[in-house]
Amino acid sequence: MTPRETFKAEAAKRILVTDGAFGTEIQNWKLSEADYAGSLALGHDQKGNNDILALTKPEVPEAIHRAYFEAGADIAETNTFSANRISQADYGAESLVREINVESAALARRIADEFQGRDGRPRFVAGAIGPTNKTLSLSPDVNDPGYREIDFDYLKQVYREQTDALVEGGADFILIETVFDTLNAKAGIMAAIEAGEALGRDLPIMLSMTLTDLSGRNLSGHTVEAFWHAVRHARPLTIGLNCSFGAEQLRPHVKTLSEICDTLIMVYPNAGLPNELGAYDEAPATTAGLVGEWAVAGQVNVLGGCCGSTPAHIKAIAEAVKGLPPRAIPTPAVRTRLAGLEPFTMAA
Amino acid sequence: MTTSSTHFVNVGERTNVTGSAAFKKLIMAGDYTRAVEVARSQVENGAQVIDVNMDEGLLDAHAAMTTFLKLIAAEPDIARVPVMIDSSKWDVIEAGLKCVSGKPIVNSISMKEGEEAFLKHARICMNYGAAVVVMAFDELGQADTQARKVEICERAYRLLTGIGFPPEDIIFDPNVFAVATGIEEHNNYGVDFIEATREIKARCPHVHISGGLSNLSFSFRGNEPVRRAMHSVFLYHAIPAGMDMAIVNAGQLDVYDQIDPELRTACEDVVLNRDPEAGDRLVALAERYRGTDAVAEKQAAEWRGLEVTKRLEYALVKGIDAHVVEDTEELRQQVAGRGGRPIEVIEGPLMDGMNVVGDLFGSGKMFLPQVVKSARVMKKAVAHLLPFIEAAKEPGAKGKGKVVMATVKGDVHDIGKNIVGVVLQCNGFEVIDLGVMVPWSRILEAANENDADMIGLSGLITPSLDEMVTVGEEMQRAGMTMPLLIGGATTSKVHTALRIAPAYTGPVVHVLDASRAVGVATTLVSDTQRDDYVVKVAAEYQAVRDAREGKGQNALLPLDVARQRGFVADMALKAPAPAKPGVHVFDDWPLADLVEHIDWTPFFRAWELAGNFPAILDDAVVGESATGLYADARAMLERIVSEKWLTARGIAGLWPCHRHDDDVWVHDRHSVDRRTPDGGSVPEGFRLPDLDRRNEHSTRLPFLRQQIAKREGRANMCLADFIDPAGDWIGGFAVGIHGIDAHLARYRAAHDDYNDILLKALADRLAEAFAEALHAHVRRELWGYAPDEQLTNDALIREQYRGIRPAPGYPACPEHSLKRTLFDLLDAEANVGLELTESFAMLPTAAVSGFYFGHAQAEYFGVARIGEDQVADYAARAGVDLERATRLLRPNLD
Repeated sequence: MTPRETFKAEAAKRILVTDGAFGTEIQNWKLSEADYAGSLALGHDQKGNNDILALTKPEVPEAIHRAYFEAGADIAETNTFSANRISQADYGAESLVREINVESAALARRIADEFQGRDGRPRFVAGAIGPTNKTLSLSPDVNDPGYREIDFDYLKQVYREQTDALVEGGADFILIETVFDTLNAKAGIMAAIEAGEALGRDLPIMLSMTLTDLSGRNLSGHTVEAFWHAVRHARPLTIGLNCSFGAEQLRPHVKTLSEICDTLIMVYPNAGLPNELGAYDEAPATTAGLVGEWAVAGQVNVLGGCCGSTPAHIKAIAEAVKGLPPRAIPTPAVRTRLAGLEPFTMAA
Repeated sequence: MTTSSTHFVNVGERTNVTGSAAFKKLIMAGDYTRAVEVARSQVENGAQVIDVNMDEGLLDAHAAMTTFLKLIAAEPDIARVPVMIDSSKWDVIEAGLKCVSGKPIVNSISMKEGEEAFLKHARICMNYGAAVVVMAFDELGQADTQARKVEICERAYRLLTGIGFPPEDIIFDPNVFAVATGIEEHNNYGVDFIEATREIKARCPHVHISGGLSNLSFSFRGNEPVRRAMHSVFLYHAIPAGMDMAIVNAGQLDVYDQIDPELRTACEDVVLNRDPEAGDRLVALAERYRGTDAVAEKQAAEWRGLEVTKRLEYALVKGIDAHVVEDTEELRQQVAGRGGRPIEVIEGPLMDGMNVVGDLFGSGKMFLPQVVKSARVMKKAVAHLLPFIEAAKEPGAKGKGKVVMATVKGDVHDIGKNIVGVVLQCNGFEVIDLGVMVPWSRILEAANENDADMIGLSGLITPSLDEMVTVGEEMQRAGMTMPLLIGGATTSKVHTALRIAPAYTGPVVHVLDASRAVGVATTLVSDTQRDDYVVKVAAEYQAVRDAREGKGQNALLPLDVARQRGFVADMALKAPAPAKPGVHVFDDWPLADLVEHIDWTPFFRAWELAGNFPAILDDAVVGESATGLYADARAMLERIVSEKWLTARGIAGLWPCHRHDDDVWVHDRHSVDRRTPDGGSVPEGFRLPDLDRRNEHSTRLPFLRQQIAKREGRANMCLADFIDPAGDWIGGFAVGIHGIDAHLARYRAAHDDYNDILLKALADRLAEAFAEALHAHVRRELWGYAPDEQLTNDALIREQYRGIRPAPGYPACPEHSLKRTLFDLLDAEANVGLELTESFAMLPTAAVSGFYFGHAQAEYFGVARIGEDQVADYAARAGVDLERATRLLRPNLD
């Protein structure tokens, strides 16, 4: 079976669990500049470059993957959110993009296989692709709304480099996550489609949007339904939401997606909203209780955590959804579904 | 969630250079600003998709397409609809696809160059996530007859579905051709299209049929009435056959039933090819309709021609004050002429107009800035009538009720209170506004003297909360029963329920914002609704109290434990000694510089317009209102700067200090050493101490520490944690905007609440901008720990810099009396003319003060709830008795 088929077969049996936050877990290691930099001798301060740890301190991401698998996760998301040429430029580490992704995917693969070997339950590696800190839809200059810092082809190329490296390292899927700009995501989709074509095989895409306001839009202004219309051509293995706010605030939008999308729904919210210190206080039981409600309502297929979540959160989620039936995939009527910032459906 | 579902889709064609001469002219001239407006008006006129076409020989279509698409992407009220990327050049289409973020339609691809190119293009469209228009065009040419149209479309359908193209994303355009051209072969083109549509729909499931209507009437160029009639008639027959999309100017379609029957029949004969002479008949008839089209254009803005009461209503609703005095006078004379009294002008047309405004506001169709403008019109009209009313010795207009309003003692903030006052007046209430810093005795006196129906209290700073409790207690003591309304930024339903309502047995209601004020006040003067409402609110507040009682609040740590869990700053990261220590006074900071630093988002919030700047200007709901307000604000700022209305005075001080427990000891008055322990040199004349010593010349800054029990690894923060016990530096600042009173007086004299509130809100923004600009100056020059910092205003607003400037009264150091100590350190009264009220509000009102912390790890936090042990500890440290400490710290206790 291909990874897509295996994943769908597993998802038909139960609600799957993806992992939780990396950034906040890495913070607990209290790493120094020297820990980050290792022996790479890069010109820039590497502190905060979490993705580079795959090269300089691989025991950190390994330990975190291990902790999440032990907590019950079925999926490891590679620690590569910022491992693209644009984001790495901030650390002067552009030349290491391929290496970081290959190593990150390889170490996640190794640990996934190790856990799968123990109990025979399939474990998956999702190669995580972040949005970069540039946007194709918005101008950074308020006086020149037509200006863009980068263009589609450049971003596609940046994503392609990362995608190829993640696949080389052993990723099963490409997870385009924290989509704040739908056009960025479309460039990522195009890169993944072309990468799959070059490989000559199916390279499944997972898509995860992030909301920036409570009315349910991302930064480029798309509602969740408009987003679905805009990316459905990717034939995503999963679609859903991550980061944004806590689970509480995502509730209506999860419901909407669940009703309209004819594919698996994956949601991994933050552990609540940050407190005044920017830290997350939501207890594992609370998060698990909130996301568990979606599971009970039959609205989700894959659950996990984003910022502020810990292995304890993932464990609580895994326990909360154990034995619950997964969401049944609906078959919406065949309609022409277009989108601006808002969805537009033509009658048959 | 808005899902538009429809049986027929209008695709706007006005942003098509081949379809609109006006648009072409704008694009050729590079006037993209107005070109974008064309797109906007199309969407407003009901276009569900907009067609963008830049195919013009003299134009760089590639550049024009991408430029325009990026510009409309920045306009939410345009970008909400899908785009149709229209070009005969594939490279232009693909360039367009790279700029469109939703799911667009490509118009068009075809088999003109064979199957291979066709499928290649289709695959690319699929990968971009676009639907496509497929022209009925193959290697042999464009399909003209029904049979050719059907044959080509069916073949394309098979090819596309064969590569996995979703059938529902295929839109066929079977070619609308010109009819009534005088050429016999053209006569059946209308029928060919309509019948082909029927057949294609039957043979190719899920597809749609579209067409460009303007071709049809090509022979009647310049005769819009006939063209419109032909298009309407064509659609009338093509839609039932299955046509479900057309490129058409949505604002210019006639309603089929309303077309002149003679013209309609002639068009129908042509479209349906009923007889060979149909074309000639229409051509002959068409001449009669030429040039009858100018009517619609001129209707706009002729409100000055309306009857006078309608003019007043229009002026009120639109907030136009230019003609209000002359219109009011005209109506007054009219009323007087028929023996009526001047008061009737108010009670009749003016109140009617204000009721319309009130209803629009109440139903969310109008927003605060507009309401305040309307009120200005009303006030001017009333001001004009007052002398006549007084001359006639009539009693004044009887309003709905009387409200006494005041900002409580110790507080000087009144923007919110004034807005509420205006809104209440708009809705027929008489408002007696006592102003700011009003002691409870005057409030009670005014309420009794005026036989008020209710009292409204406002306040912005936390000590005002206690003062409101006092007002409630005094009302109770005086045996009053009228309702007490509570509003203002720091007030809350919880505080009202827990503290104010128990103090007063009359009705106490917390009013969240101006938009709620009318509803609450109206209910409270209603004979039928009042009692139920009062009972309901009382029950609600009781529930709040009960919930509070039963609620297991977060546990508090004992103060000594919280201290042990304090934040351990890495003192290697503390800021170096300042380049220019001591006190720096700025008597007249350039206003133009401050304008650059304004953070606009809170400005809109002050007007109850929710959203972030600049996106708010394009917000679907409040965008229009926000844009108007912004333009007014900009215009006023220009005058403020060019005519030097205001003066920005500020002061910053940088002093050596050290930390001991939760105190920071400032050595500002010492005069011993000339060098700091970390090597900073101290200029002549500046008095500097030995930093290790605390003596009677030191100033103690007692800070508060978080006590709420936290998750493992999270510190219990206190601002003192950012200061090195071994010796360090701290700063303080105070800025204010002076000179506003003369201008406010001018506006009040003109009954112009709108500009009054606008000026105050802008002065507040300038004060905040000043604080931001001064902080940047301190970081770069005076303290100098970030000499190379280069931040955009946006980055400043998001505080992407090193160091913080917490203000007394805000979450990190919530106790207001620390402002007194800060002002003494700065000698702010003498140096920059800033004063403090007894509740520690600053005067002038537009002012900001705070401390500077330069440590790289310094960050904002909220102290939140603290325990009795810290209150006692704080009392000792601040040198006040326990009762006073409890009062000062009230907002941070349960």
